[in-house]
Amino acid sequence: MVILNALVQGVLLGGLFAMAALGLSIAFGILRVVNLAHGEIMTVGAYLAAVALSTLGVNVWLSLIVVVPLLGVVGYWVQRLLLQRALSLGELAPLLVTFGIAIIIPNALIELFTTNKQAIPTGDLAVRSVQLAEGLRIGVLPLLTMLVAVLLIAGTQLFLARTRSGRYMRAAADDSETLRLMGVDHRRVYAYAMGLAFAIAALGGVFFGMRQGGVTPFDGQLLVLFAFEAVIIGGLGSLWGTLAGGIVLGVAQTLAGVVSPELPLLVGNLVFLAVLVLRPTGIVRSKVVV
Amino acid sequence: MTALLAAESISAGYGDSRAVADLSFALEPGEVLALVGANGAGKSTLLRVLAGAHRPSAGRVLLHGEDVTHVRDFERNRLGVCLVPEGRRLFASLTVRENLEVGAGSRRDGRWTVDTVVDALPMLGDLLGRNASQLSGGQQQAVAIGRGLMSNPEVLLLDEVSLGLAPIVIDELYASLAAVRGGGLGIVLVEQDLERTVAVADRLVCMLEGHAVLSGTPASLSRQAITDAYFGHEVTPW
Repeated sequence: MVILNALVQGVLLGGLFAMAALGLSIAFGILRVVNLAHGEIMTVGAYLAAVALSTLGVNVWLSLIVVVPLLGVVGYWVQRLLLQRALSLGELAPLLVTFGIAIIIPNALIELFTTNKQAIPTGDLAVRSVQLAEGLRIGVLPLLTMLVAVLLIAGTQLFLARTRSGRYMRAAADDSETLRLMGVDHRRVYAYAMGLAFAIAALGGVFFGMRQGGVTPFDGQLLVLFAFEAVIIGGLGSLWGTLAGGIVLGVAQTLAGVVSPELPLLVGNLVFLAVLVLRPTGIVRSKVVV
Repeated sequence: MTALLAAESISAGYGDSRAVADLSFALEPGEVLALVGANGAGKSTLLRVLAGAHRPSAGRVLLHGEDVTHVRDFERNRLGVCLVPEGRRLFASLTVRENLEVGAGSRRDGRWTVDTVVDALPMLGDLLGRNASQLSGGQQQAVAIGRGLMSNPEVLLLDEVSLGLAPIVIDELYASLAAVRGGGLGIVLVEQDLERTVAVADRLVCMLEGHAVLSGTPASLSRQAITDAYFGHEVTPW
């Protein structure tokens, strides 16, 4: 029962990892930008939610209405003003720009909020659970996180497949120069894609903060690692692959945690390494974004 | 009368290498103007200049008499100039229908819709749901032409329509081009196949090492003159 419990918890943890990985997958799949600041964008989302909670007194769900679109707009302008210029300089420049952002954000957060954890209270949601069987309970928040992750991936896939903007994003991923020849300014398409990636990162960051009970300036470093691992395990550019990758990573970490509380991170990294060596294209072959 | 599209003393190149040198021509509405020449004559570079995808080092591009030289490629498409690039360059992860729909990115009004494109290019009829990466070369070229038409252009720039295709497929494509003509659509056709070019073009411009060395209607030019110009045998720049 302990193993089964760990398996179920691991699967649900995978929902959070998938949410973290989705924005990263979009940024890479469409823009070919490896966003090293993705984890920090998630922490900014969580911080904005924490600030909204503490200053405006709104609950965490209401804060999402502001935080998610706000980070989406920020993503749009970061792409237009910073990353687009960097893209024109070569493949390395955007990497360096996002690396710079990843350094600036935690330091700015420390200046503004100190290193103390900023609480994101969720009432009794964090401790509420549902009993499935004797000795097997699942938390409502992890379940909700998985549900949101699945809906988010399905929604993103529908958006990319069925809308004009989604088609432009996929076309831009294939050949941005030809897209321009069809009368579409690829820079705007890229900016919308990055806005979408930032908005999803913000949502993932808030869910992460809810799970952890708060957020610190350093959380982004681990988040971006988990996001990368989930993307690579799942398969670059595959949306449902991010969910599969997240679940594999979550299960690996949770099962390792049964053996020793020291092991989850190490085992997660080893699984990632094994996939990289044995199946570098990831476990899901179908590609949606690219 | 103002030409639909005009190139005035265009020079263009890549770094120190000059691909097009002081070249001029004008395209009238409804006309098919063919640019012929051997590999490296500068034909594709000239098309890219006309489409706004390559900046000329000198000269002007005029659309309805308006200077559009510095209008960017996506904006030039919205003005009615569409390039069907060499190598087709379809969006490989999109279906044929999606490729056509992306072609309508400029949202210009006109007669071309997915349905009318399929009418003009019948080989696309059964392919709309198929992924572009699964198509043969001829099918890809048909999609590329259809995608170009979807922007309802006034000027269609066709680069190497027959490149790498079987003769029977080329026949079908050129038969479709006949259906595409009309409605004042001007076509600039780059082609290495002289026979087909002479058959379809209203006017020929023969290019050699970036220069226009011969120009005229197919009826006014002897086969020998065209061949000489094509290969650079005793030609004088005009």
